[in-house]
Amino acid sequence: MEGPQVQLFVTCLVDVLAPQVGRATVDALEEVGCDVAFPSDQGCCGQPAFNVGLIDDARRMAAHTLDVLDGTEGSVVVPSGSCAVMIAHHYRELFADTDREEQVKRVSARVRELTQFLVDELGSSSRARCEGCTVAYHYSCHGLRELGLEHQADVLLQDTTRVELEGDKECCGFGGLFAIEMPAVSTAIMDDKLDRIEASGADTVISGDVSCLIHIAGGLRRRGSQIEVKHIVELIGDGT
Amino acid sequence: MNQPVTFLGRAEALIGTHEADAVDNGVRNFLELREKAVEELPALADLRDRARAIRLHALRHLDRLLAHFADQLQAAGGHVHWAVDAADARQIAADILQRTESRLVVKSKSMVSEEIELNDHLEALGLEVVETDLGEFIAQLAGDTPSHIIAPVLHMTRQDIGKLFADELGVPYTDDPFELNRIARVHLREAFLLADAGISGVNMAVAESGSIVLVTNEGNGRLVTTAPRVHIALMGMERIVSRWEDAAVVLETLARSATGQRLSVYTNVITGPRQDDDPDGPEELHVIVIDNGRSQILAGETAEILACIRCGACLNACPVFRTAGGHAYGTPYSGPFGSIVTPGLHGMDPWWDLPFASTLCGACEEVCPVRIQIPKMLLQLRRQAASEGRLPGWLEKGIARYARTTVEPARWERAKRWASRLAGVIATDGWIRRMPGPGRGWTSSRDLPRPAKESFHDWWRSNRGS
Repeated sequence: MEGPQVQLFVTCLVDVLAPQVGRATVDALEEVGCDVAFPSDQGCCGQPAFNVGLIDDARRMAAHTLDVLDGTEGSVVVPSGSCAVMIAHHYRELFADTDREEQVKRVSARVRELTQFLVDELGSSSRARCEGCTVAYHYSCHGLRELGLEHQADVLLQDTTRVELEGDKECCGFGGLFAIEMPAVSTAIMDDKLDRIEASGADTVISGDVSCLIHIAGGLRRRGSQIEVKHIVELIGDGT
Repeated sequence: MNQPVTFLGRAEALIGTHEADAVDNGVRNFLELREKAVEELPALADLRDRARAIRLHALRHLDRLLAHFADQLQAAGGHVHWAVDAADARQIAADILQRTESRLVVKSKSMVSEEIELNDHLEALGLEVVETDLGEFIAQLAGDTPSHIIAPVLHMTRQDIGKLFADELGVPYTDDPFELNRIARVHLREAFLLADAGISGVNMAVAESGSIVLVTNEGNGRLVTTAPRVHIALMGMERIVSRWEDAAVVLETLARSATGQRLSVYTNVITGPRQDDDPDGPEELHVIVIDNGRSQILAGETAEILACIRCGACLNACPVFRTAGGHAYGTPYSGPFGSIVTPGLHGMDPWWDLPFASTLCGACEEVCPVRIQIPKMLLQLRRQAASEGRLPGWLEKGIARYARTTVEPARWERAKRWASRLAGVIATDGWIRRMPGPGRGWTSSRDLPRPAKESFHDWWRSNRGS
């Protein structure tokens, strides 16, 4: 292959709950000529532990992730803003003043969130396709605020019929384990989001993070809504 | 107060109520106004950087700035008192009021006075205390606590207030804001004229001139600090900048972030009590500089929260605050800022759960005029709570097991297979509708996609063979 070598860090949520997103990611990357490798010993980046303050557990998962990714070739592509931020930004804090500092530098510098990689890094002609559907886009918080992911979705969705989603940069209420620890609060925030999705006129909600997507999809399904919920890469690559 | 001891308990009691709706409407209005102000002034981004540098500089040199401030204030004829904790601050205020034979006290808005629970203390000593900030006046009349640092009765609608005025002040019901304002003004005017002492907060002290700055939108702060014989200003120890040049930058960002105003309607600068050639002003000015846990915060990993200039923008931007409202936090300091400062001031017991009342969405940091790294500090406090063993057992054990499992590929594979098999039993159409144990928290309102029959790992192995 002549295209760039990439390492896919698929994330544990995609691996277990949304493997079609992983398959679509592989397809989308190969479509633009990438040579995709999958370091198969990978697990979880450690974010769930990090976000509830269980720092030793977070470090354990992060160390494993570093060992799996270090020494491989090319960009580490992650179909999740949130997990990409974890590796690219928060590992530094986890391993400050330890003998892993150099390793963190090496690995975190290679991490790219998927849409960032396709649009900014490759300048690829990848575009989302959704025949006969009307899409709305939800900006996932960590990608938006910590990686500055904003224009990437506009580029990728330019050929789709897209409607405005009110409050599209507001949190969906997921917040990781927050959704389980404080269900009433998480649900109330989610309900606002779902109301706005239903009011947008879209029949398909798109985002770049599976975590938000399973939250929104699970909530819509409980309401009996027919609105489809998809990761943006599912409209770019073939995940079937 | 008889209220649930956890954030979740208090929030559950509030979510979906009329009060929560009022909060949501109110904060969205603030956010819109702020947005316009941000668009109007592209230089605000630079001003925020400068405001941050100014505030962090002040925190680093706090001892020196406070000493300089005290010297300058004393030179201008004012008195400075240092209060170690809330009891100390209450005692100092009470002593001043008793020595000056004060009976009636008017107050302009001071969150520090809420922090040290001053009103109750003074009333127990037989003093009459009248809140004169419109919001605080309403809260006092309703026997309620403020729910937002700059908009104390954000949780009430004008209809609620109309009804309250009719019930408590014996006026005909109206929900016209101008009329409600007029009623409050008439009611308060007498108190201003008769009051022996005025108590205010301090938005900012300026060390170089020994001045205190008060910002208000109603002008009540001006009356409170000039009409009575005695003025007592309650100041959080960290609310200081070194120079007027710095104060100007902070003021530029404060009102814009809070209400979208370029500047609050009244910006009062007070340097000492009435001087010989002043037409009015108090005979005595006392500034009580209050520590009450701030030194401890300053020495720890959340010191940066003391850079806060109390605009309330992080409350407005926070989805959790918008949903549950300020009363869910159980303290005068609510929202993301309150979740950091409250455990710092009053300890982790029982406030350790406040830092967990966040989705970590980062909207707070995005709007903070001094760019305080709020999510980072929420995480810091979560770490502290976890290291003190405060997390629920299921969470601690569950995460530990997840960590052990996912770092061992063979074990992780087995776990995924087991989860998939279990899902085969409890899922229908690829979704799980009800989960046992803590998972109930999720399925109380959401379905969960089932763990896939073929994980991505499985697919890769079958199709790409490595």
